[in-house]
Amino acid sequence: MKYMLMMHAPRAGWTNAGIGTWPPEDFKAHIRFMIDFNTELKKTGELVGVEGLAGPEAARVVRAGKRGAPEVTDGPFAEAKEFLAGYWIVDVENTERAYEIAALASAAPGKGGVPLNMPIEVRQVMSAPPVDM
Amino acid sequence: MTEPSRDYTGEHLLRDLAPQVLGAVVRRFGDFSAAEDAVQEALLAAAVQWPEQGVPDNPRGWLIQVAARRMIDHIRSELARRRRDAVVLMHEPPELQVVPAPDDPVHTSLESTFGSAGSARESERDDTLILLFMCCHPALTRPSAIALTLRAVGGLTTAEIANAFLVPEATMAQRISRAKERIRSSGVPFRLPTDRERAERLGAVLHVLYLIFNEGYVSSVGPALQRSDLANEAIRLTRGVHNLLDADGEVAGLLALMLLTDARRLARTGPEGELIPLAEQDRALWDRRAIAEGVALISDALPRGAVGPYQLQAAIAALHDEAARAADTDWPQILALYGLLKRMSDNPMVSLNHAIAAAMVNGPAAGLELLTSLDADKRMAGHYRLDAVRAHLLEMAGDHQAAITHYQAAAGATTSIPERNYLTTKAARLVAGPKGL
Repeated sequence: MKYMLMMHAPRAGWTNAGIGTWPPEDFKAHIRFMIDFNTELKKTGELVGVEGLAGPEAARVVRAGKRGAPEVTDGPFAEAKEFLAGYWIVDVENTERAYEIAALASAAPGKGGVPLNMPIEVRQVMSAPPVDM
Repeated sequence: MTEPSRDYTGEHLLRDLAPQVLGAVVRRFGDFSAAEDAVQEALLAAAVQWPEQGVPDNPRGWLIQVAARRMIDHIRSELARRRRDAVVLMHEPPELQVVPAPDDPVHTSLESTFGSAGSARESERDDTLILLFMCCHPALTRPSAIALTLRAVGGLTTAEIANAFLVPEATMAQRISRAKERIRSSGVPFRLPTDRERAERLGAVLHVLYLIFNEGYVSSVGPALQRSDLANEAIRLTRGVHNLLDADGEVAGLLALMLLTDARRLARTGPEGELIPLAEQDRALWDRRAIAEGVALISDALPRGAVGPYQLQAAIAALHDEAARAADTDWPQILALYGLLKRMSDNPMVSLNHAIAAAMVNGPAAGLELLTSLDADKRMAGHYRLDAVRAHLLEMAGDHQAAITHYQAAAGATTSIPERNYLTTKAARLVAGPKGL
C-alpha cells in the first residue's frame, strides 16, 4: 500500500520565526535528522520518493487563461495557515506503519532540538480495485 | 493464454530451475543470502549466453556450476577480508568457520544434485518447498515475503519485481536484502517445517501466493496492463506447489481459484479500463480452457475431504464461471457455500458477499437485513465496500434515492480509481433517472 506523507509547516511567522532563523547548529541537526530518516526508509525498502519543496514565497498559482495560455498569480492562497514543505511516498505493509513513519517525521528536531511535532497529512495513493466487484 | 514472448520456453526453463539451483547451492555453502545473489548472477549469465550459444545439455548442472563458482569467489574475498582482520585480531583460521566438514550432509546431497540419479529428485522437490517456506516465513512482513519469493523461487530480477510493484529498483533491492537479513537473524533453518508447524507455514505460503496473484489480477486494468504478468507468475508458482503436494486440497483449491478468477480477466474491464461487473461481462471472452482446468481441479479436490476456504472460494468461482448467462447463476448453491465459508472464517468481506448471495436468492430485503449486522463490525466501519454493496441492494429494492447516497459515499472512500469511476457512474445514472440508463 502506498501512502503520501505531506509535511505541513505553519505559514505564520515563517519568515521571522521559520527554519531560516534557527541557530545554525539547530538547523544542521534538523537536516541531519532528515537525511538519516530518509536513509533509514531506503534501508527498510519502503521509500518510493521524497522531495522537499521551495519556500512559499516563490510559489505561484497557474490557471489557464485565453486560449489555454498560463495565467500566473502569486500564491498559494494567502489565507492558508499552513503550506506544504515536502512529501514522502512510502510503500508499506499497512496503514499503521504509514502512521508510524509519519509520527517519526513529525518529531523532527526544531529550535533548541525540541521536537517540532509538525502535522503530517497521510493520504493513501489510489491503487487497483479488489478482486471481486 | 497467449505466450508473452519468443523466449518463453528458455525463460521459463530458467525460472523453473531457479529454486532447484538455489536449493543445491544453499545446501553446499549454507549461506542463503549470498547463495541467492550467486544464483541470480548465474541466471543472468544464462539469459545472456544461452540464446547465443544454445541451451547446455544439462542446464541445471550448468547453472549450479556457475553459481558455485560465484560463491567460491565470494567466499575467497570474504576469507581475504577476514584474514586481514585476523592479522589484527588474532582470530582462529577462518576456513574452519566457512567450509563445511567432509561428513556434513550438505556434501552428500551435493553429489546427488550434481548427478542425474533418481535420488536427486527427492531433494529437488524438498528444496523448492523449503525455499518457499523460508521466503514466506511469518517473521517477514508481507511485502518482503512477496518480493523475496518472486526473486528466490520465481527467479525474477529485482528490476522486474520493482517494475511490477511500481517502486524504484533501489527500494526493492533494499527490501529483498532486508528480508534476507531477517531470515539470517531469525535463524530459520534450511529444512522443511516440522509436522506441528507445517499447516500454519503452508497457510503462510499460500497466502503470499494469493497476494501475488491479487496484485497482478486486480491491477490488470488500463495502463497497468503489463502487471498481469504477476498473476501468471502466481499461477506458475502455485502450479509448482500443486505438483509437489498434489494431495493437498487447499493447494489445489488455491490454484483452481486463481485459474477460475483469471479466466474472466479479459471481460473484466472495458476499452477505457472501466470495470465491468460480473453480471454484465461478455462471457464469450472468458477463457474456457482455464475454466475447464479450474473446474477439474476443484471437482477432484472437494470430495477428498478437509475442505478449506480456498476450495470454497474456488467452488463459488466455478459456479459463476459455469453459468452461460448471469441469469443462469446457481445462487442458492453459492449462498450455501458462502454460509460454510462464513462459519469457517471470521472475515467481514465474506459476510458482505454472503449478503449479496442472500439478496440474489431471497430478495434485496434479506440481503439488507444481513448488512445491518456488519454496521456494528468495527473492521467494516466506514469501509466503502459496505456502502457499495448496500447501494447495490437498495437499487435492487427500487430505493434509488438511498442507493445514490451510498454509491456516492462508496465512491468517495474507495482507494481505487477504476472503482471510484464505476461507483460514480452508478450514482450518476440513478440521478439522471431512466433516461440515463
